[in-house]
Amino acid sequence: MSGVRVLVGSRKGAFILSSDERRQAWDVSGPHFAGWEVYHLAGSPVDPDRLYASQSTSWFGQVIQRSDDAGQTWETMSNDFNYAGVPGTHQWYDGTPHPWEFARVWHLEPSLTDRETVYAGVEDAALFRSTDGAASWQEVRGLREQDSGSQWQPGAGGMCLHTIMLDPQHSDRIVVAISAAGVFRTDDGGTSWHPINKGLLSNGIPSPAAEVGHCVHKLAMHPSRPETLYMQKHWDVMRSDDGGDSWVEVSGNLPTDFGFPIGVHAHEPETVYVVPITSDSHHFPPDGKLRVYRSRTGGVDWEALTNGLPQEHCYVNVLRDALAVDSLPDCGIYFGTTGGQVYASTDSGDSWAPIVRDLPAVLSVEVQTLS
Amino acid sequence: MIRVVLPAHLRQLAHCDREIQVQSAATQRAVLDALELRYPALHGTLRDPGTGQRRAFVRFFACEEDLSNESPDTPLPAAVAEGKEPLLVVGAMAGG
Repeated sequence: MSGVRVLVGSRKGAFILSSDERRQAWDVSGPHFAGWEVYHLAGSPVDPDRLYASQSTSWFGQVIQRSDDAGQTWETMSNDFNYAGVPGTHQWYDGTPHPWEFARVWHLEPSLTDRETVYAGVEDAALFRSTDGAASWQEVRGLREQDSGSQWQPGAGGMCLHTIMLDPQHSDRIVVAISAAGVFRTDDGGTSWHPINKGLLSNGIPSPAAEVGHCVHKLAMHPSRPETLYMQKHWDVMRSDDGGDSWVEVSGNLPTDFGFPIGVHAHEPETVYVVPITSDSHHFPPDGKLRVYRSRTGGVDWEALTNGLPQEHCYVNVLRDALAVDSLPDCGIYFGTTGGQVYASTDSGDSWAPIVRDLPAVLSVEVQTLS
Repeated sequence: MIRVVLPAHLRQLAHCDREIQVQSAATQRAVLDALELRYPALHGTLRDPGTGQRRAFVRFFACEEDLSNESPDTPLPAAVAEGKEPLLVVGAMAGG
């Protein structure tokens, strides 16, 4: 029997929501690491019982946890994230040089093919890789040390590397996104990197020629079409059909093109999901209505999905890592809110129901489809 | 033996009791080194793993004194060294 495991990171711990393939009755496990912020959890595609969690607080710093039994027990792994060489400086908010300082792990991305390999995206922005199941970490230094690194600046939430996309068809290609530097790609397994930000421009910011300085909120990709990338930028929803070499805006008829997460349907590479948020100063849905928007045309034409979602007095946010899909035949869509709800749709977004309503603010949602 | 009292978050991480005992010299550095050796899960949670500096929101108290800004090599109070009083590791009240 197949099933689904939803991995939820929150401001005050982690939760694991499990169901069979019907996704009607849910078992809720947690809080794991109660009282700690859990920015992200992820499971290995090679061994779904191998989970990783990024646990932190401002008091006691970063902790990495690993489970080999689907979250029943956890083991503390290495939290030594040391930048390679002499890290130098990046730009601070005011444009002055600022030393690189590790703050936390935002995102964990287990390898598609090797159980023991996992990537970590951290603040201040850098990519780390472990080849021993998080027992030790080495920086993929070519990213931070490529030409533009000293020009990167933090976004409002910090200078975080929040997206890591491993190309299932080209094992040496990795795409990462950094707020507020932009998108970067390697085609040689991480040795060399270059910015892929052509076409990203919002009302003249930054200059059209700027290689970096782009506030990318999240990227998504369908595994069958890795050349096509979707992006929720600070403002604008974007699309690339050449692996990020160029981008076009596909915001179309969205009520606002500000938002954080973006996702792609498991079986329809042209079906995309976003959650429009009013603006960068109003981090809640327009008109107090929580609406997921779906495009079945790869962008431009969008429809509001509202069935089962609150359509009045709703002022939550959906953060960048808090939307995910399962790969069951009718494709489940899941997202978590800063109000502590985790919503699920078992029909590609046509209707929604909460799995849980009262968790701490949800930071991330990942989904494992189990066979 | 040096008695050490840990805050709830770190007890949860180390899977230990509120008060534990470590065999070490009676300085902050020696006690923290011994603590991390016995409970590797605490590595990096009291001191920055890169710089070795006390984390900003971690404080050390003993005998009703704040020892947080003492040199890590300053001898701890005699009552701590003799096991009569514990060294208290405290998460600072912060956040408003």
